[in-house]
Amino acid sequence: MTKEELLSKLKTIIEPYVQNEDGLANLSEETNFIEDLEINSANLVDVILDVEDEFNIEIDNDGMDKMLTVKASIEVIQDKLAAK
Amino acid sequence: MNKRVVITGLGVVSPNGTNVSEFNRSIKNGVSGIRHIDNLKELNFSCQIAGKPLYKKDCLNNYFNSIQLRGLNASGLEYGVIAGIDAWKNAGLSLNDKEDDPIWDAGVIFGTGILGVDKFRDAIYKVDEGKVRRLGSTTVIQTMASGISAFLGGMIGCGNITTTNSSACSTGTEAILMAYERIISGKAEIILAGSTSDSGPYVWGGFDAMRILPHKYNENPTEASRPMSASASGFVPGSGAGALVVESLESAQNRGATIYAEILGGHINSGGQRNGGSMTAPNSKAVRHCIQQAIINANIHADDIDLINGHLTATTKDATEIMNWCEALNRRGKDFPFINSLKSLVGHCLAASGSIESVATVLQVYEDFVFGNINCEDLHPEIEVLVDPTRIPTKTVSKPINIAAKASFGFGDVNACIIFKKYS
Repeated sequence: MTKEELLSKLKTIIEPYVQNEDGLANLSEETNFIEDLEINSANLVDVILDVEDEFNIEIDNDGMDKMLTVKASIEVIQDKLAAK
Repeated sequence: MNKRVVITGLGVVSPNGTNVSEFNRSIKNGVSGIRHIDNLKELNFSCQIAGKPLYKKDCLNNYFNSIQLRGLNASGLEYGVIAGIDAWKNAGLSLNDKEDDPIWDAGVIFGTGILGVDKFRDAIYKVDEGKVRRLGSTTVIQTMASGISAFLGGMIGCGNITTTNSSACSTGTEAILMAYERIISGKAEIILAGSTSDSGPYVWGGFDAMRILPHKYNENPTEASRPMSASASGFVPGSGAGALVVESLESAQNRGATIYAEILGGHINSGGQRNGGSMTAPNSKAVRHCIQQAIINANIHADDIDLINGHLTATTKDATEIMNWCEALNRRGKDFPFINSLKSLVGHCLAASGSIESVATVLQVYEDFVFGNINCEDLHPEIEVLVDPTRIPTKTVSKPINIAAKASFGFGDVNACIIFKKYS
């Protein structure tokens, strides 16, 4: 899976939780879920469960802790996909 | 002079109508909401019928946002939010903008017995499978009892008390009185009051096991709920939600709101599980005391009551309840007020019963009618010696209703009675 495909899938997953639409329109690797997209911190666990379902992977606690930005999330997902 | 308190908004999600106009039509026309529920048969329930609100799931989009809808599996939360938001809008009130301050004078008192049972079941399975991390963020907010008041308070933007009360089958009636008292004491101007009850086998199963539900009407469900009837054989379990906007008269007048009725007062008490009262049966002395204190608190005379909307669940206790009303009011025979039980039409909606039945009571006060008690053609002989049958209409009749009493009694030997009056 290319990085672009992965980013596109990630965008679809986070979209329902986003409260700052401008942040979503300007989505980049540097985008922070809480600061830029105003995703409720309680919903971060739901984003991660949706990622697990979409990519058929399991993300451990360390991985979950890292997934606060688009870039970090893509790295975690790529690692897990590579380990499959 | 004490503040006056009025009802300015109504909302309901009932087995026989999921909005106020449909519900109003159904109670006037004797339309039952009791149906056969297929999975109760599969699960070996003795009583395979129940009252369950029916609506298209699409309508939830009008009340919940896309995040709130994800993983939503709490029927009581759906019923309560629909009824609550409908009542709020019916009162001519709007949902506060996200950027605004909360409305400091507006609160929510919305009761339940247990919330999100189906969601909790999902969670139990996941936890037992060692998958606790798969619960996500939605389990807590859908299964905490106060989830219903929390959702409503957040949707509206309430800045006053936002809480969930729980007193078994008197929960809804209690919520309205708690709202009334909060406003009388000057601590709030508007309270969204009501109650909700989940549907489904995990809520109703315990009552089936107690053998207090009818089991001979699985093939003819609409005949099963028979309050005050000689052939009453137990209560039909129900579910749903009722909501009332309780508001100071001053606030209502300032807004130019429609006023459905005035709350003159009421009383809440307990029989202490003494004098024949128990966890499951009421202390009759306490029931009479509750009614009499409500009359005193409302500053009326027992003879002023035109209509009683009773608790009357369709068990052997109905005759005892009627006896208690007779003694508390010192009225009998043709002198007895009109009396009816909504449970003949929707079953016993448990924690939601008091609020749904209060909506029905307020409608009767506002529109001057007494809805008919269906399935009561064979009036119980012990009731017939106390109350003239003309006071227990089996078909809806138009009658001027100035003052109505609504009472609810619950497990734990708890009672609540409200006095509603036509607003003038």
